[in-house]
Amino acid sequence: MKRRDFFKSAAAVGLASVFRTNALGSTLNSTAFGNNMAVQSGPDLVAVMGGEPAAMLTRALKELGGIGHFVKKGYKVVIKPNIGWDRKPELAANTNPELVGTLVRLCKSAGASEVVVFDHTCHDWKKSYTNSGIEKAVTDAGGKMVPGNDETYYTEIELPRGVNLKKTKIHKSIVECDVWFNVPVLKHHGGAKNSIAMKNLMGIVWERGFFHGHDLHQCIADIATYHKAPALNIVDAYRIMKSNGPQGKSESDVATLKSLIISPDFVAADTASMKLFSQVQPTEIKDVRYIALAEKLKVGTQNIESLNVKRIKM
Amino acid sequence: MKFLKKIRVVLSLLFFIPILVFFLDFTGKLPTQMHQFLSIQWVPALLSLNFGVIGVLFLLSLLFGRIYCSSICPLGILQDIIAWKASFFRKKKKKFRFDYKKPQNILRYSILAGTILVFIVGSSVLVLLFDPYSIFGRIASQLFRPIIIWGNNGLAALLNGFGNYSLYKIEQLAFVPLAFILAVVFFLIIAQLSVKYGRLYCNTICPVGSSLGLLSKVSLFHISIDESTCNSCAACEKQCKSQCIDSAAKKVDDSRCVTCFNCLSACKKNGVKYGFRYKKQTSESQESPTDKSRRTFLLASGAVLTTVAFANVKSVVGKKDSMQSRKPIMPPGAGGINHFNKHCTGCQLCVTKCPMQVLKPSVLEYGFSGITQPHLAFSTHIFCSYDCNICSTVCPTGALKLLPIEEKKLTQIGVAKFRKDMCVVYTRETDCGACSEHCPTQAVHMIPYKNGLTIPEVTEDLCIGCGGCESICPVRPYTAIYVEGVTTQIKARKPEEAKKFNKKIDDFGF
Repeated sequence: MKRRDFFKSAAAVGLASVFRTNALGSTLNSTAFGNNMAVQSGPDLVAVMGGEPAAMLTRALKELGGIGHFVKKGYKVVIKPNIGWDRKPELAANTNPELVGTLVRLCKSAGASEVVVFDHTCHDWKKSYTNSGIEKAVTDAGGKMVPGNDETYYTEIELPRGVNLKKTKIHKSIVECDVWFNVPVLKHHGGAKNSIAMKNLMGIVWERGFFHGHDLHQCIADIATYHKAPALNIVDAYRIMKSNGPQGKSESDVATLKSLIISPDFVAADTASMKLFSQVQPTEIKDVRYIALAEKLKVGTQNIESLNVKRIKM
Repeated sequence: MKFLKKIRVVLSLLFFIPILVFFLDFTGKLPTQMHQFLSIQWVPALLSLNFGVIGVLFLLSLLFGRIYCSSICPLGILQDIIAWKASFFRKKKKKFRFDYKKPQNILRYSILAGTILVFIVGSSVLVLLFDPYSIFGRIASQLFRPIIIWGNNGLAALLNGFGNYSLYKIEQLAFVPLAFILAVVFFLIIAQLSVKYGRLYCNTICPVGSSLGLLSKVSLFHISIDESTCNSCAACEKQCKSQCIDSAAKKVDDSRCVTCFNCLSACKKNGVKYGFRYKKQTSESQESPTDKSRRTFLLASGAVLTTVAFANVKSVVGKKDSMQSRKPIMPPGAGGINHFNKHCTGCQLCVTKCPMQVLKPSVLEYGFSGITQPHLAFSTHIFCSYDCNICSTVCPTGALKLLPIEEKKLTQIGVAKFRKDMCVVYTRETDCGACSEHCPTQAVHMIPYKNGLTIPEVTEDLCIGCGGCESICPVRPYTAIYVEGVTTQIKARKPEEAKKFNKKIDDFGF
């Protein structure tokens, strides 16, 4: 590939990720660039196995063109991990702190003016931030933890494509940022069957009670139609919670897979993650109903075979 | 001798400031070990049978008089501060403001005897109402604390607007109108009394003050007036906030003297002395309270039964939903309801320290006698945190026994009751499972229902009553799953662990 072509495609990926992240794969695969470009333009989904969180993330991002594709100089970046629970990292109830810390560091190195991390936690937010190890990892890397415990931090948005959820209040930092990353952990979940990328969006929402009262799965699919989608869904499967999710009872609920799955496509990320998960705890993907419902709303595709998937063993 | 007053002031602040700050701290950053300051209070020490502290306090009183009242009791020091502050607004001349008053013996000893008797017969209602430490706790937590938090929230809103998150908004969930009103009423009464009559509360109502008065009558050291140097100028009397110096008779009523040493500093002739009582006894001690104590005793005991009967009246009003008439949920470590109700003085320390703010002062959940004693009140996201035992570690009165964290995780403070006919899985046939999601022991778990749906089921002996399920149930206002309190906290069954996964995964599976 020529240097100039590379820059062109890089810019395109960058733009696409900001404005139409859901459609990133299709944009690249079809019309905008020639066929030879599509082959070269980078994968729709990257899966890495066998490394430490930081190394796997750096490796995967390299496949996607590096962090610079997504984060430009001066950008305000938001990272939304799962920090829902007052649990230590070994219990896999929250996203791996090393993964989050590394992502913060990469964003800063790409010139981000500020990297904000938050979650609307289920347990006491201060304890969750601290005991998950994420607060320390983020502040050490130069990021900023902001609270999500009060309604005043949220602002109302419309979801015109939503079926049950037509509007909801989401965290202002997401609304105001230049780019954001969704960084869930792969978990079993008592209510939603599994918690991955789309389920993690419940942490950007203020009023979650509505979800539970109005068909949880449909509402999860609805929130995934939010027009400002994350640049990437970075699914932490270094440790996964195979049972008793979403809190877990002990380390017996944890399986260490040392894996990472990244895609801008919500549905593809969740589908691929489910296939990985099913090897530990056999689960029918159709029982995780929000995945199919989101596909129906054109949020993404379950058809992994149709995508350009990059698999890496470290 | 004038240095004594300075020592008293410094000592008071050394006790008062940590206690006040500990009650006001809403960040949870202060070490919980600071509750040690509170276990050296008289009533908490007596209730928790902390013999070490009781011994030391007893000895202190026997040696030096009512040191507790002037330097350790936070309510006493608060009164001094109010009176001192108020003096700034007074005209100069009126700074000498007190006059000798006769002791209200009937009143003070009736209250003392009544409090003890009512407690023995079975209710701590008078202890709860009159214990100075607990009154201070309620004033600090229900009056001062909300004001501080409002201030914080205003400032936080301002800072957050500039992208500064060093302060954050604190919700005031433990704010209960009745507890607030009670705190305000007590505060106003005590403030008014302290400005006008000095330590009148301590010398007529406070049962701790009255009983220490009995000790200070025979204490080794005491305040006395040297008749040879005294010219009855009354400078000491005007400064005596206990109103116990009769300068005309050159007598000091030791039972009411709180050893504040103001009189020592006031006397220009060095006629007021703090010294040994027993070196040369000249006159017999003043009138004995035993003269009147018989009548007092009869009067008091007459009131006892009425009080107990009244105190144990619980609200029995017809209520619609079973959630409304449920048994109150006591904090972990309370053991049995009788022990808890009798030992808790409603000081609100656990309420202020509860990081989840699930503990609130009760209104009539425990009946009248348990007014302001803490109970758990669940609301959205507000439940008892699984990995927390703070309330049981800070309780100074022994109403909550210390529960190590592993023991707390197995202590059943209530039992979840599932009402299938109200559950959204049943009424709307949609997936939910929020309750099971929040259940730390999986006592609430999902079982197959129909059409691939799952519905909650409760295994009662696994349930610890943390209220995670109730707090998140989307059915409102009465939830489809709620926690019923227990009268005796028993040990729940230890949850079984999942089967470990040890196989190696080499493939992505896609």
